[in-house]
Amino acid sequence: MAKILAGVGTSHVPAIGAAIDLGKTQEPYWQPIFAGYEKSKQWLKEVDPDVVILVYNDHATAFALDVVPTFALGIADEYQPADEGWGPRPVPVVKGHSELSRHLGTSLIFDHFDMTIVNEMAVDHGLTVPLSLMCGQPEAWPFKVVPLCVNVVQYPPPTGARCFDLGKAIRKAVEAFDEDLKVVIFGTGGMSHQLHGERAGMINREWDNKFLDDLSADPQRLTQIPHVEYIRETGAEGVETVMWLIMRGALNEQVEEVHRHYHVPGSNTAVGHIILENR
Amino acid sequence: MVTTKHDYDDIPGTYVFDFDKSHDGYHLNMFCMSLLKAENRKAFLADEAGYLQQFPMTQEQRQAVMDRDWLRMIQLGGNIYYTSKIGATDGRSFQYIAGKMCGMSQEDYAKMMLNGGRPADGNRSKSEWEGEKANG
Ligand SMILES: [Fe+2]
Repeated sequence: MAKILAGVGTSHVPAIGAAIDLGKTQEPYWQPIFAGYEKSKQWLKEVDPDVVILVYNDHATAFALDVVPTFALGIADEYQPADEGWGPRPVPVVKGHSELSRHLGTSLIFDHFDMTIVNEMAVDHGLTVPLSLMCGQPEAWPFKVVPLCVNVVQYPPPTGARCFDLGKAIRKAVEAFDEDLKVVIFGTGGMSHQLHGERAGMINREWDNKFLDDLSADPQRLTQIPHVEYIRETGAEGVETVMWLIMRGALNEQVEEVHRHYHVPGSNTAVGHIILENR
Repeated sequence: MVTTKHDYDDIPGTYVFDFDKSHDGYHLNMFCMSLLKAENRKAFLADEAGYLQQFPMTQEQRQAVMDRDWLRMIQLGGNIYYTSKIGATDGRSFQYIAGKMCGMSQEDYAKMMLNGGRPADGNRSKSEWEGEKANG
């Protein structure tokens, strides 16, 4: 049987990808960000998952405004790194686990989550930056990926409670998959950041860290946070953090925080990262 | 016109990209989307006004693009993930655009971020802004 072993939360700032690709990770500006992922890379190597379910959002790359799917599940065999306007990132092709994806799609829809199904999609920094942060620069990614793309660009994104419930349904589906697979789920995006308007640059370190605390201490509280609070307290684009709740919903009620990292700034954004293991 | 009140209307310096904004900015944003292709970036830079004519945007939106008035584009329905593609076409960093939107030089904006960013205190509600000025 397939089993979800752990969850990873991480920001997916595009400039972090550029810093990796341009060999700047040891520069004083970037070094403290990457230092916080050293333990994570080691941890992931030891867990050695077969599949990562990667929850992220597309940033006007594969999807535009003509059609806006709230939850889009990739079921392809592979996904190409996208050209976001300055050429694709020099990272390996992302190999899908199509069978698991198709099983998830079926199970989720029968579980009342009406997923949009995607057979072909380029993946932008939202998906590839977390892979780089957690794996470094390998020749090939060391696991297969099931991409789950969430709309957080066009307001309103799905609610925190809905995201959490989707996580639960994902867990149920994974556990019904008839192959021995070690699965880790990533929730990405966030943490506090506002990228537009006269209030650009907003960061709320205190709010972010309370969120990180409550991922293990009180996830139910997090599911009740309304969008307006994310926007007011953490910046308009900080509402991305709602995606972490899909990851959290897919884990046990009791989890153990095995690693945390928080750093400001990563370009315009607070970089937050956590690893939660099922207990 | 129907004016709906939103719980986020009171947040200062923030233009929540809801369906109304998205509807107003659709063609502006889809123009930005076209800049994902290298040949379109070239064509746009060679003849901005001519290129913009292909998209049924308002003249005000076209002018904001040509003026690189980043805040105005947002006010007219642009979304930052889209309008930043114009910045990329110009070879501008994101912090340059962000600084422009809040009336700061790129250098001052970068410094603010290094110092922990713009605080939430003093920036949660419009009543905290004197004359619509952000608290740094
Ligand atoms: Fe994002």
